[in-house]
Amino acid sequence: MSIELIDIHKAFGPKRILRGVSLTVDEGETVSLVGFSGAGKSVTLKHIAGLLKPDRGTVVVDGLDVPTLSRKDLYVLRLQMGYVFQFAALFDSMTIAENLAMGLRKLEGMSEHDIRDRIKESLDRVELEGFENRYPAELSGGQRKRAGLARAIAYRPKYLLYDEPTSGLDPVTTTVIDRLIMRMKEDLGVTSLVITHDMGSAYKISDRIAMLYEGRVVEVGTPADIQASGSKVVRGFVEGKPEMVEEGAEEQGLSA
Amino acid sequence: MHWTRPFDSIGSGVLSAFGALGVFFGFAAESVRSLADVGTWGPLLVLHMRRIGVDSIPIALFLSTFTGIVLALQASYTFTGAIPLYFVGTLVGKTMILELGPVLTGLALSGRVGANIAAELGTMRVSEQIDALETMAYNPVAYLVVPRILAAILMFPIIVAFGNTLGITAGWITSINVLDMSTEQFVHGLQLFYKPFDITYSMIKATSFGFVIALIGCFQGFHTQGGAEGVGVATTRAVVISGMLILVLDAFWAFTLLQ
Ligand SMILES: Nc1ncnc2c1ncn2[C@@H]1O[C@H](COP(=O)(O)OP(=O)(O)OP(=O)(O)O)[C@@H](O)[C@H]1O
Ligand SMILES: [Mg+2]
Repeated sequence: MSIELIDIHKAFGPKRILRGVSLTVDEGETVSLVGFSGAGKSVTLKHIAGLLKPDRGTVVVDGLDVPTLSRKDLYVLRLQMGYVFQFAALFDSMTIAENLAMGLRKLEGMSEHDIRDRIKESLDRVELEGFENRYPAELSGGQRKRAGLARAIAYRPKYLLYDEPTSGLDPVTTTVIDRLIMRMKEDLGVTSLVITHDMGSAYKISDRIAMLYEGRVVEVGTPADIQASGSKVVRGFVEGKPEMVEEGAEEQGLSA
Repeated sequence: MHWTRPFDSIGSGVLSAFGALGVFFGFAAESVRSLADVGTWGPLLVLHMRRIGVDSIPIALFLSTFTGIVLALQASYTFTGAIPLYFVGTLVGKTMILELGPVLTGLALSGRVGANIAAELGTMRVSEQIDALETMAYNPVAYLVVPRILAAILMFPIIVAFGNTLGITAGWITSINVLDMSTEQFVHGLQLFYKPFDITYSMIKATSFGFVIALIGCFQGFHTQGGAEGVGVATTRAVVISGMLILVLDAFWAFTLLQ
């Protein structure tokens, strides 16, 4: 019931994005993944859902080796996994309700009535009551993002992968989403990996925080550990000081 | 620079062309395998048949009408006295059914249906909607590709049959109104060298063109890279490649079925 990333390497052509990422998310735990824009956070998340295959290393979810799973087994696993895309990735030819129904239709034993109830409940959770019949193009960016979140939680997965669930949201809505992430964990015991840029959110929602830098996880620890980190890279990142990051990278021999 | 360098680049060009072909055949094989997933594509088939029909019928009918008119006028211009006028009917019928009906419709629809499919799937690719399907345990090939290809295979013969009929009708109306022919003469000419196989041949062509247009459109859309620009590239490629393949297939059928 855990997510294990083991020494993941991934390059796109000559661009080596991941160079040995290792990270474990234990059952029922929420881990935040932070790092600079372009560091490879989204690429890392895609490996967990089997959307990308590692060049080297592997991903183990629920004790299953994701890159080598057959399509059938992969689909069984994916129904236990909710994926919140960075840019929502809503199906734009469908209404919001139809978007949410897509995952629910794959579950055994859900009647149309159950599906409708579940859609309503999920939209309520992200404060999008009454948006069932709207099309994605009629929504604001933040609303789309929340609809994508509702779509991922609708089928009550055991694992949730959030790619920047709160970026671009106002502070109040951010708090609502943060609480939702915490409730998913408390109520349903979900195991989550959350990509975020918002350190405030990360401290609040995470059991542990991991920092991705130059293709590796350079530090993992509780929010308190991260705040007290001795690493200049981590401190520079958290405090928004590029010079400190550079200095730290040189000292630790991490630069490219 | 070493003197073999230009040859190296030819070598890698050939390799990447083979690589691309490999990807293409892999995609085609995956489409065939996904036929088994009836539960996913079945409910979408009628929708796509209707969409392809709506997209295509007006353009095909417009095209065929004018082709029929021009065929009749050009036939009579070419025959001037030397050949009996009822051959106008023969030429209109044969040319329409054997060649221009399927080929012109195919070319026009590679620009309509093929471009449409490539742009739609390309947009879904770059906005990660195809990945989203994957995460919800939908096989995207079964969900997006199979119903479109099947719909094209089923609809193209119907579209071309309509087009052929209308083209011949337009040729007939032109003949009796402009060319001083009677309906009997036109119909006589039409029947003169007619073989039932002509229709089969026309339908085989239409089916194969529909298949090629949808397959190439889906392939290009599915493998779109980048953003809006990538979608543009995929769309253009879909139209150009399927247009070329239609002409190649046209020659192929003539060699294999008419000899
Ligand atoms: N399919 C792809 N093909 C080629 N390059 C890619 C692909 N996907 C990602 N990349 C590259 O990998 C790098 C990491 O991308 P990724 O989206 O993981 O960044 P990120 O850490 O999520 O950044 P952000 O915080 O801005 O979302 C980028 O340089 C990007 O250009
Ligand atoms: Mg990202």
